[in-house]
Amino acid sequence: MPLLSLTRKRIVYENKKMKNIKDILKERILVLDGAMGTMLQRHKFTEEDFRGERFKDWKHPLQGNNDLLSLTQPEAIADVHRQYFAAGADIVETNTFSGTTIAMADYFMEDLVYELNYESARIAKQVADEFTAKEPNKPRFVAGSIGPTNKTASMSPDVNDPGFRAVSFDELRIAYKQQVEALIEGGVDLLLVETIFDTLNAKAALFAIEEVKEERNIDIPIMVSGTITDASGRTLSGQTAEAFLISISHIPILSVGFNCALGAKQLVPHLEVLAAKTEFAISAHPNAGLPNAFGAYDETPEQMAAQIKEYVEKSLVNIVGGCCGTTPEHITAIANVVKNIKPRPVIVSR
Amino acid sequence: MTNNEQRITNNEQRFLKLSGLEPLVLSENTNFVNVGERTNVAGSKKFLRLIKEEKFEEALDVAREQVEGGAQIIDINMDDGLIDGKAAMVKFLNLVIAEPDIARVPIMIDSSKWEIIEAGLQVVQGKCVVNSISLKEGEAQFKHQAKLIKRYGAAVIVMAFDETGQADNYERRLEISKRSYDILVNEVNFAPEDIIFDLNIFPVATGMDEHKLNAIDFIKATKWVRENLPHCSVSGGVSNVSFSFRGNDPVREAMHSVFLYHAIQAGMNMGIVNPSLLGVYDDIPIDLLERVEDVILNRRDDATERLLDFAETVVGTAKESKVDLSWREEPLQNRITRALVKGIDQYILEDIEAARVSVNKPIEVIEGHLMTGMNVVGDLFGSGKMFLPQVVKSARVMKKAVAYLLPYIEEEKRLNPQVGDDKGAGKILMATVKGDVHDIGKNIVSVVLACNNYEIVDLGVMVPPEKIINAAIEHNVDIIGLSGLITPSLDEMVFLAKEMERQNFKVPLLIGGATTSKAHTAVKIDTQYSQAVVHVNDASRAVTVVGDLLQKDTALAYKKNIKLDYESFRDKFLSRTKKKEYKTIAEARANKFQINWASAEIVKPNQLGIQVFEDLALEKLVPYIDWSPFFRGWELHGKFPDILTDDVVGEQAVELYADAQKMLKKIFEEKRLKAKGIFGIFPANTINEDDIVLQSEGSEFIFRTLRQQLQRREGVPDYALADFIAPKESGIQDYIGCFCVSTGFGVDEMADAYKENLDDYNSILVKALADRLAEAYAEYLHKEVRIHHWGYSKDENLTNEELINETYKGIRPAPGYPACPDHLEKFTIWELLGVEEKIGVKLTESLAMWPASSVSGYYFANPEARYFGLGKIKEDQVADFARRKGIPLEEATKWLATNIADD
Repeated sequence: MPLLSLTRKRIVYENKKMKNIKDILKERILVLDGAMGTMLQRHKFTEEDFRGERFKDWKHPLQGNNDLLSLTQPEAIADVHRQYFAAGADIVETNTFSGTTIAMADYFMEDLVYELNYESARIAKQVADEFTAKEPNKPRFVAGSIGPTNKTASMSPDVNDPGFRAVSFDELRIAYKQQVEALIEGGVDLLLVETIFDTLNAKAALFAIEEVKEERNIDIPIMVSGTITDASGRTLSGQTAEAFLISISHIPILSVGFNCALGAKQLVPHLEVLAAKTEFAISAHPNAGLPNAFGAYDETPEQMAAQIKEYVEKSLVNIVGGCCGTTPEHITAIANVVKNIKPRPVIVSR
Repeated sequence: MTNNEQRITNNEQRFLKLSGLEPLVLSENTNFVNVGERTNVAGSKKFLRLIKEEKFEEALDVAREQVEGGAQIIDINMDDGLIDGKAAMVKFLNLVIAEPDIARVPIMIDSSKWEIIEAGLQVVQGKCVVNSISLKEGEAQFKHQAKLIKRYGAAVIVMAFDETGQADNYERRLEISKRSYDILVNEVNFAPEDIIFDLNIFPVATGMDEHKLNAIDFIKATKWVRENLPHCSVSGGVSNVSFSFRGNDPVREAMHSVFLYHAIQAGMNMGIVNPSLLGVYDDIPIDLLERVEDVILNRRDDATERLLDFAETVVGTAKESKVDLSWREEPLQNRITRALVKGIDQYILEDIEAARVSVNKPIEVIEGHLMTGMNVVGDLFGSGKMFLPQVVKSARVMKKAVAYLLPYIEEEKRLNPQVGDDKGAGKILMATVKGDVHDIGKNIVSVVLACNNYEIVDLGVMVPPEKIINAAIEHNVDIIGLSGLITPSLDEMVFLAKEMERQNFKVPLLIGGATTSKAHTAVKIDTQYSQAVVHVNDASRAVTVVGDLLQKDTALAYKKNIKLDYESFRDKFLSRTKKKEYKTIAEARANKFQINWASAEIVKPNQLGIQVFEDLALEKLVPYIDWSPFFRGWELHGKFPDILTDDVVGEQAVELYADAQKMLKKIFEEKRLKAKGIFGIFPANTINEDDIVLQSEGSEFIFRTLRQQLQRREGVPDYALADFIAPKESGIQDYIGCFCVSTGFGVDEMADAYKENLDDYNSILVKALADRLAEAYAEYLHKEVRIHHWGYSKDENLTNEELINETYKGIRPAPGYPACPDHLEKFTIWELLGVEEKIGVKLTESLAMWPASSVSGYYFANPEARYFGLGKIKEDQVADFARRKGIPLEEATKWLATNIADD
């Protein structure tokens, strides 16, 4: 397949450049992008917009399937990436948070998973290359976003049957593997396993990534980002921050961190745990504060940047960005705070 | 350079780190990690039997006991010829993971079969230990398994075993461990700190010469491994060493202690030890110690004979191993305090009897022993170290103790009448007001106050004001506490406050219950009564408030402060609320919520008319239970199921949840409660803007709805429920449904039986669960209606969480709640469906439903129908409502009182 041989070449090229990201991490704090969903909401896409021409006769409702927009509204997706790079982001995440057969089953789009991930990666990479060409001393990267799926491998959805599991490790591993392969062939520079609410799901993703790396004899940096669900200070599946860290430290990763659920302020104690206990780089992409009474996030860029300043002063992070409710304005504010700041010292393996 | 090489040459400290829900790090300060092995079918006959009989719940208790008993890792093994090991491993692990008090520790997955190990690794989120792999089947398999273990993120126990057999001397232990280590670290890239060597503990003193060095070789090899193979750990199963002394536990205990003492010094940092077969090194009698050390360290040729001879003299003093009852040997007061704090009623009568005979007058047991214990409970509760359900359990023990003492106290009074009645800390009257049947909150507050030595005069539910007044005078109470859940109860409270003022009462008035608020108390009740009025909505605050109100020296000042506080609160509240502006009802109607009826999708119901469910199987409702409010009722705050793993209340929540499950089981098995339901769907249209007219069996019925009037943002419609039904003039036939369900039949009998048995905890529990079941029934019935009976949402497939979050199409508002706060429409529902005749649910004079665990409401199917809060309305709508309904304005004003805007 000609497609494959082309992408193989690209991987080799990327690998050369990837040495860079590890070196850059030693020099400065990298900025990750902000929310994709928040930006897409501004378009107020209708069911028809989601469907586009290609899926106009799809039997099931598609509105809300943001990942699909990479196929039906690719310009909108490219534009979000562009805005974030322009705002100062070093890394953007692909629009593939739900890009597994497990999550896509909601829309009966399991068969489209490869294409969704491949295209999303390609779109992001194209925009990244534009920016790198314009500003070669600030290379831009694409992280393949790997979400948690909508099922949990170590919790039962049925309170009366605590031993029941809606998804198995192998089902997750196979689904993740498919996503990872498509992302890599689409040209991502790194992989971001994120919003981990059940560590077992993440372990299945890491297992799949290791398989792909071995089968293709490639290396690709991995970022791992968990989610502390609430004030209890634990993941949804019940682990403390340190237990979570221990559970995902078995393979060499580029960074470990937290995102979503909490605002920048609430993340501090958990980042402190990581900072004290790991030699990996640390990432954080919190929400724009906690949701208000209407479920909206209203922390302003200035407020959020002020919190991020605390991260920097305490030397807690190497990579920062935003999750739900954050916008290019937030990212600009964050980028300004971390500019010219010495990053937290890391021991980057290899 | 590989990652590992770099790591190792870094020469830094790397520690074995494991995790369950919580971390376990074996640092240089970690002395010894104890692995629990009773969840091992090869190690525990009981566990084997439980697994064979598929009694997994009881098997979980075995795991829990181990963790509570101090096991830092639990070893789980299902290798038995008669068990499907893989299935049993997965099932048991899945259940363990769901128990936060067990799953907090890391798990050791123990099997000789790789497929069982791998199945186990696939279901555990934390970092486990695999027990075990070895070179027994050759390097290829060893490497393959190690690679996968690394990929699954586990540590590994490596047995000192190779292709030629098990290492049984010092040199072989070194040879195999060195070879295994090199392969793992250099070829598989396995992190050295994740390697744990099991260097084979074999029996000594067997009488065979070749076994003499078994212990000392292990100890020496341990030392070598820890010094020469950086960062790894050493483990082993300790009880093997004393195998030849089976039946002589004192000697075995001494052997284990001595062996561990030396092995730990040599660097053994993990192991399987049966704690009931372990003595304290320093406690071993010197003659026994000497002989045991001779054997373990192989210090004399005749060591074995000498120990055997000695052993015969120590047979039979074996320690029994069972539940830790050592607290039973503590002084009496400690035992009573512990029973109260832990809520254990098993021994309380025995202890109380002992206390009784030790004092002059039986009352001294209450004032002394029991109060001392309850003060500890009070302090722990006050400082957040005990939670409400525990306190209620303490009260159960207290009550039993007091009940036991009462006859003696009566007898004492008869004999010595000159001794005046002892007045406790104070007497408090508690009542749920007229027309209201809800008493869970009131009962909790009563129990907690009783725990604090207050005497409670509980008048129950639906208590008319004159009865409250009379009882207060008769019992000479110090405080009156009123409770209510439905809005009309608020008026009852106002009335009672007026009445107390009129009759010149001086005692403070406490107000509590779901619809009460500080605002209502300050504005409507406090102004009616010149004495202290306090709004108290949780049990822990009730104790402090009552304490402050009755504290002799400071009560006066406190009451004055309260009065001032409520006054300033009232002023602030009123000045804030005055800013609001309202539309006229005509203006609001002109701005009603518009549905485009021409294109609206109206589904004709599959079945019109009324249907009755006499006796639904309650088990069906369990999946529909919304547990979060249940925990909230017990003052445990958090969202289910996260609350079960909450740092602060998690432990307590798990216990309460387990009690709730037990109670549900009892309810189901003994069929103590009956679930009844009724609903109807009828052709309907909106008329005159705000009324819904419907036809049933040839008659017309009309629901009156209320419309929002508060001036809000431009473009936001002013909702009334009538907006969701097609108006008559549209010419379109629309439909409406209504229902009533109850799971309350039999609740009072159960609750009363518990109460009679002095068990307030279960009495409250059963009521709280019945309330949850009723809500679950409403959820269940609504779903059935959407999918089948009405059928407007045939393809719906929502999870229970989605149901609770109300993501379904259409709404189910209930009279008395925000969208339709007017309770009067319940009359219409009752008349229309024949609720009382057909399923026996009654309405009280305040329109509360009896039994209390009942839910009623409407069904609106339109996809645009939504929940909203009516907010405050103005007099013009009240007058209009009275006219439409054909009732006097005063009556309408009374029923709508809480929703009429003040100005």
